[in-house]
Amino acid sequence: MNMQSLSIVDRLPAPRVPNDRWHKLEYLFWILPFVAYFLFPTNLVLISQMMILALFALSLDLILGYAGIVSLGHAAFFGVGAYTSGLLSTHGWGEPFSALLMAAVLAAILGYITSFLVVRGHELTQLMVTLGIGLMLYEIANKATDFTGGADGLWGISTWPLFGIFEIDLYGKTGYFYSLAVLFIMFLFARRLVSSTFGLSLIGIREGAKRMPAIGANVDKRLVAIYTISAGMAGVAGALLAQTTQFVGLDSLGFIRSADLLIILVLGGAGRLYGAMLGAVVFMFAHHYISDINPVYWQFWIGLLLIVIVMMGSGGILGSVERILERRRNRAAEKGAS
Amino acid sequence: MLGNLIGVVFDGVAFGALLFLISVGLSVTMGLMNFVNLAHGAFAMLGGYVSVELMTRLGVPFLATLPIAFLAAALAGFILERTLYQRLYEADPLDQVLFSIGLVFMVIATFTFFWGPTLQPVNLPEWLRGQFRVFDIGFGVYRLFLIGVVILITIALGLLIERTRFGAQIRASVDNQQASKGLGINVNRVFSLTFALGSGLAGLGGVLGIDVLGLDPTFPLKWMVYFLIVVAVGGAGTIRGPLVAAILLGIFDVAGKYYVPEIGAFVIYVLMVVLLLFFPNGLITRRA
Repeated sequence: MNMQSLSIVDRLPAPRVPNDRWHKLEYLFWILPFVAYFLFPTNLVLISQMMILALFALSLDLILGYAGIVSLGHAAFFGVGAYTSGLLSTHGWGEPFSALLMAAVLAAILGYITSFLVVRGHELTQLMVTLGIGLMLYEIANKATDFTGGADGLWGISTWPLFGIFEIDLYGKTGYFYSLAVLFIMFLFARRLVSSTFGLSLIGIREGAKRMPAIGANVDKRLVAIYTISAGMAGVAGALLAQTTQFVGLDSLGFIRSADLLIILVLGGAGRLYGAMLGAVVFMFAHHYISDINPVYWQFWIGLLLIVIVMMGSGGILGSVERILERRRNRAAEKGAS
Repeated sequence: MLGNLIGVVFDGVAFGALLFLISVGLSVTMGLMNFVNLAHGAFAMLGGYVSVELMTRLGVPFLATLPIAFLAAALAGFILERTLYQRLYEADPLDQVLFSIGLVFMVIATFTFFWGPTLQPVNLPEWLRGQFRVFDIGFGVYRLFLIGVVILITIALGLLIERTRFGAQIRASVDNQQASKGLGINVNRVFSLTFALGSGLAGLGGVLGIDVLGLDPTFPLKWMVYFLIVVAVGGAGTIRGPLVAAILLGIFDVAGKYYVPEIGAFVIYVLMVVLLLFFPNGLITRRA
């Protein structure tokens, strides 16, 4: 095996001219949440958390899978979104859509400011800066107990009914469709974005940042733009979690959340959008069942899984599926030729 | 007031010396192999647990556990380097980060399984406990011992790298792998031995740090960012860089926690981001 094939970035899908038409499987994928609603009526809260996590993973996919920026602190933006929405609510403004927008704007502003640190410097600096910013926000939230509730978390959030009609209930029915709708809209946005010329230029930067200026692309400016967008999206995910669970924990900013997010993305397959969402579903499902038995086991198996993914170089679930399909197609082509 | 300041600086230097001892191996691995190893703290933790087990089960004295912990961590580092790390030298940093996070998770789970999540005790010998006073300022004996040990090790390390044939091979490999291979240096062997040495030093630091940093299964994650800061700020691939960075970090951390406890660890994160802003490649960069 040659060394090059070990790299996850090299295993990302080959760049191709984007086709904006929807594949049959995509329609099927988006029908699934409606099927799940009737199949698992008692697990609606869990499934809406999967969808929120999927949105969060989608935001990381934009910078990691498309632009090739590795972040160890993406939870910072998630947490900023969650605390923004939560604090608005505890200070008397519980209208969900405007809070979502506020969370997106604040997270995007933070993303914009920090993006200049992230874009400059080499890989190690990038890792350290993303990690450092995440830890900094964690410390702020941890120490500002009067404001954020510190380690106890932020309680007493009440979300006003959506459109003034639909109450966020205990069974999670409203939260379910609310999360689904937000996820779907953000997904449409991300899908459009990555198949635009801007999205293509990001792939170009990932594949060869040194050559992009030669065809007239301002690399730094584009990275700043996608980082800001991704931060805003993560903020929306955080706000969504705060609104549907009516609680913000300190762990929403923690390193473990950022690490888990990376795991989800490589598990599902980075650079494919659907990989991020699939990874979130599989991860949450496994977490829900294995963690129930013993949280220590969970950490062991997730660690082992990570090492296996890296060593096998499978490109996550979607990467493996794609490879199997490719092999089958090649075999069929050979048969046809002979 | 001045007495306080001197005490804080003294504690900070001792803390920094310890951080340097643990992180210096990481600096060399990052500089030499370009490997972003988030699992470096695991070797320190292994050293710590080996020492605790030897002390509590077999009654080995504290000082005698130091070389054994060094060897155990070095051996673990050597084996992991040969079997796993080595395959990822050419890989993307993302792969290395994921691999080492996975390793950290597995190590934490394994240690929790066998030793439980509690803090491990350490029995320091009588002569290392307590304080001595100079001009009415109290200094911890153990911290002085710590500084002394690290000074000795730093001198030994400096001699090893500057004066020996193996040191010359390390320096050559850091500067230019291709040319070193061309000159007949077995670069892979240099990598393995250096990795083992770095892991061993971390293991040593793990034992010396039980009293200062505490020892429980989350150790590698809890202190990971400190080790990374030392390397990122100090600049990978040198010894002087991490030394300066570690001492700075130690002093600022202790001073921050002493004078402004309400903002806690915030001080060092700000320090790190500011330093990285002005020195994106570390304080002291390698000669190109």
